[in-house]
Amino acid sequence: MEGGASGEGGASARDGAEPGAGQSREQGERSGLHSHSAPQLGVWFLDRFCPCGSDTAVLAQPPPPPPPSRAQTFSTPGRGSSPSRRLGNVRGAAGPPSPPGRRARPPAPGAGRLSGAAREELRRRLLGLIEGHRVVIFSKTYCPHSTRVKELFSSLGVDCNILELDQVDEGASVQEALSEITSQRTVPSVFVNRVHVGGCDHTFQAHQSGLLQQLLQQDPAYDYDLIVIGGGSGGLSCAQEAAVLGRKVMVLDFVVPSPRGTAWGLGGTCVNVGCIPKKLMHQAALLGQALTDSRKFGWEYSQQVRHSWATMTEAIQSHIGSLSWGHRLALREKAVTYVNSFGEFVEHHKVKATNEKGQEVLYTAAKFVIATGERPRYLGIPGDREYCITSDDLFSLPYCPGATLVVGASYVALECAGFLAGLGLEVTVMVRSVLLRGFDQEMAEKVGASMQQLGVRFLRKFVPVEVQQLERGLPGRLKVVAKSTEGTETIEGIYNTVLLAIGRDSCTKKLGLEKIGVNVSEKTGKIPVNDEEQTSVPYVYAVGDVLEGKPQLTPVAVQAGKLLARRLFGGRSEKCDYVNVPTVVFTPLEYGCCGYSEEKAGEVYQAENLNVYHTLFWPLEWTVAGRDNNTCYAKIICNKLDNDRVIGFHVLGPNAGEITQGFAAAMKCGLTKQLLDDTIGIHPTCGEVFTTLEITKASGLDITQKGC
Amino acid sequence: MHQAALLGGMIRDAPHYGWGVTQAPHSWATLADAVQNHVKSLNWGHRVQLQDRKVKYFNVKASFVDTHTVCGVSKGGEETLLSAEHIVIATGGRPRYPTHIEGALEYGITSDDLFWLKESPGKTLVVGASYVALECAGLLTGLGLDTTVMIRSVPLRAFDQQMASLVTEHMAGHGTRILRGCAPEKVEKLPGQQLRVTWVDLTSDRKDAGTFDTVLWAIGRVPETASLNLEKAGVHTNPVTGKILVDAQETTSVPHIYAIGDVAEGRPELTPTAIMAGRLLAQRLSGRTSDLMDYSSVPTTVFTPLEYGCVGLSEEAAVARHGEEHVEVYHAFYKPLEFTVPQRDASQCYIKMVCLREPPQLVLGLHFLGPNAGEVIQGFALGIKCGASYQQLMRTVGIHPTCAEEVAKLRISKRSGLDPTVTGC
Repeated sequence: MEGGASGEGGASARDGAEPGAGQSREQGERSGLHSHSAPQLGVWFLDRFCPCGSDTAVLAQPPPPPPPSRAQTFSTPGRGSSPSRRLGNVRGAAGPPSPPGRRARPPAPGAGRLSGAAREELRRRLLGLIEGHRVVIFSKTYCPHSTRVKELFSSLGVDCNILELDQVDEGASVQEALSEITSQRTVPSVFVNRVHVGGCDHTFQAHQSGLLQQLLQQDPAYDYDLIVIGGGSGGLSCAQEAAVLGRKVMVLDFVVPSPRGTAWGLGGTCVNVGCIPKKLMHQAALLGQALTDSRKFGWEYSQQVRHSWATMTEAIQSHIGSLSWGHRLALREKAVTYVNSFGEFVEHHKVKATNEKGQEVLYTAAKFVIATGERPRYLGIPGDREYCITSDDLFSLPYCPGATLVVGASYVALECAGFLAGLGLEVTVMVRSVLLRGFDQEMAEKVGASMQQLGVRFLRKFVPVEVQQLERGLPGRLKVVAKSTEGTETIEGIYNTVLLAIGRDSCTKKLGLEKIGVNVSEKTGKIPVNDEEQTSVPYVYAVGDVLEGKPQLTPVAVQAGKLLARRLFGGRSEKCDYVNVPTVVFTPLEYGCCGYSEEKAGEVYQAENLNVYHTLFWPLEWTVAGRDNNTCYAKIICNKLDNDRVIGFHVLGPNAGEITQGFAAAMKCGLTKQLLDDTIGIHPTCGEVFTTLEITKASGLDITQKGC
Repeated sequence: MHQAALLGGMIRDAPHYGWGVTQAPHSWATLADAVQNHVKSLNWGHRVQLQDRKVKYFNVKASFVDTHTVCGVSKGGEETLLSAEHIVIATGGRPRYPTHIEGALEYGITSDDLFWLKESPGKTLVVGASYVALECAGLLTGLGLDTTVMIRSVPLRAFDQQMASLVTEHMAGHGTRILRGCAPEKVEKLPGQQLRVTWVDLTSDRKDAGTFDTVLWAIGRVPETASLNLEKAGVHTNPVTGKILVDAQETTSVPHIYAIGDVAEGRPELTPTAIMAGRLLAQRLSGRTSDLMDYSSVPTTVFTPLEYGCVGLSEEAAVARHGEEHVEVYHAFYKPLEFTVPQRDASQCYIKMVCLREPPQLVLGLHFLGPNAGEVIQGFALGIKCGASYQQLMRTVGIHPTCAEEVAKLRISKRSGLDPTVTGC
């Protein structure tokens, strides 16, 4: 069967025009572009095993990685059928030739000398091509030697991926890069399972000696095309997209219970202990505010309204349960294998999956995506793991937390403090230094001030040193001892609950990454990747919160995961764009931003080149409700040297989340101050305030609102 | 008042989120007081602003005497003659009453009266299909009043019709009674205080009647031009609409007389457009700028119980202008996260982006039906002003979890025929 299909492919390779039928599995993978050539991977050379450099080279040792247990046939039905897109210049022997217009553009036009970066990029692409396919032949259509080689593989019934260097724009550059990789300047240049066999003569000699057949059998037949470790937003989106593209995919997801014993199902942080429950609790708190307002709007009800923590958490947990279930269904529908086990690398291309009962199973895959995310950090002080909770525990807490100390000033800390206060609890926030580090500090302080207005107490410049239990119970009573960061002062406080929100650590320590050489930042524990989410090991990728230096947001992870799958398996080239990612802090008064903070903009562009427009505003809904008229604040930062382009957008007010999204889209489209001025507001909304900004900070003019 | 109605919905949601509150009655008087106080403070604020900027304010009814002179008549009947180099007409419009319906003027009210009623309007019939009609009917329903809307033909004419029907479908699903294809014939006062309205079903020609406490006419607005003596100044109006004809500079047929806002022909009847047009006109007159008001891509929002925000072309207009084969529509039915806990029905939460079909698929129009539509649309309106393409918008990362992020996640085209329901998180 296989031979027949490939024979036909071989014929089409000769004339290069016959429409092909059975495309090989490898073709679908052709976009798998890899970067680094890690020492233990990349291209292998026959002459490495052949000291004399003769053509009759013998493999002294098999090239890594060792082929895994399960054999796999080629041309698996239903796979690899995705048409050639990005690398239209690389044809499978059986595939139709790409029309000239669809050829991939080279990194630099023409055959001229490429820049260093472009050369490196091309080199990466070539290595990716070589690594991602069983047989790759660099050829020229008019070269009789190339034709002979192609005929040879055709007669062996082997599908090849052929790059005709005279048919692509960057042919000369490819040839140059190839010669750097292989020291061979001429075509054909043949690679079999990542081993550089050589030119026409070498290939025929290898065929005669049986070496070629041996190499062909080295084909790595893995259990899966892709194993994703971590079933959160990024991992699931990548897994599902890869499955949609016809790949065999596994997701390993396992939640290690928190020190308090809280665990949850599939879906990761966002669904279970992040965005979803926090936004719902935020909504519960907003409804509390709405109830207060509603009296002024004429609604009459009994004065005492109490809040039931249990009713709220049950409702929220039931929604989370349905989401988690939905994820499982989606995986099943897309034929993604989901295993509720902890995955860790044991060797190249192989992970050990350990389930709850300690049972271990080994799985292999051609590619891996690490999407294990992060978990809350503990202080490392007496009593923290025993008595404190984190956001991992809060949303499913079976009892009302009562008077709560929130430790930290991250957005998680402020959001939790905000909704707990909104639900009527007594809340204190202990802050070591600044609020919302990394965010615009003027906005951060305003967020803090707005929370203070709602009754949240802030203890600035203190850190806890010990937590003691005074009383057991649900909640119990805890004593917290804290010391000043500036002097020797010590304070004590008594709370029902202490919630730690001092930061999060990435889950990279127990993954066995060191066994396969994936670099992890020593300082942050995060995984550095290139702009294609590739780690230091070419077949291992990472998405989501585990990445170093990338925004830790669900939609970013979802987008990155999806685009990664499309690049790996769908012949696409689009990369995840991490620029101008909007984000919102769901504090009682929401804070939305996109682009630069004022501080960062000053660093990058110099303060004198910036116009900062700002104003306080009074939402119409607040007027009747009698809420403060100088709390909500809008600010944009414009670059004078670039046509007053908006490079930073900040809004503190109700529905900041809904407002910010569209402005982020506008910033993607090159928003300028002029365009803001030319745009008509929607009346009466909060968002319209941005269309009438007139006062710059530099002018020093008064921005307070006097009634209307 | 819309906010008051929304708060009613929030009170209904609150128990699901753990708040121990039972459904509350609503006091019209408290709300009306609060709203009127705010409006009065706004009026006062405007007077203060005029004073601050040394603008003379006359509380008189003005009409033209000649091209440079107007005569103002005060409440007491005193006349003042005022002359000016430039004159701007910005008299706006007032709700229209039907002319051939017995009892309409006598017993009906309009939106001009509704917001100043001291007492609850009670069981109300709203006649009309304009956004004013739907907004009033929506908020009255939201305040717990028995409300009926009578629509002669289509709701929200000139808006995207798919969106319009979703808006009315949502209202119908939330307690507003909607009478389509009906026209009122007469209004009579019953011995009590109630009104008896007789109408005809235009398709079956059958007559029907009902009893209401209040009949609210929202069948359109007429420009306030009749009493201006425009002919004395030679200012031309459209004989059909009564609106003043203007050019791109807002100039009327008389070079130094201008018209802006709702009174001008062909202008969107929206506050922010009027404000901006006024400001730009003043700047041109003082020579500070030559910029013209751009009336294209004006975003707007209809504050029905489920808000409808839009900018740019409706699907019908896009198809008419570019041809069906050149238009691609991306759409989604989504469920706001906040709806899940109280299990609110989200069947009408819908987004539609109308684009050109050829890459990069320039966005022609965006339509959003859901909570906070006004806030959602504002930013995207800017994007569209910047010439946003579908591809650019899809590169925008969403803000999770919001409703607005669904706009940046629109993937299903109508042409594909795939199910546009958003699932999962």
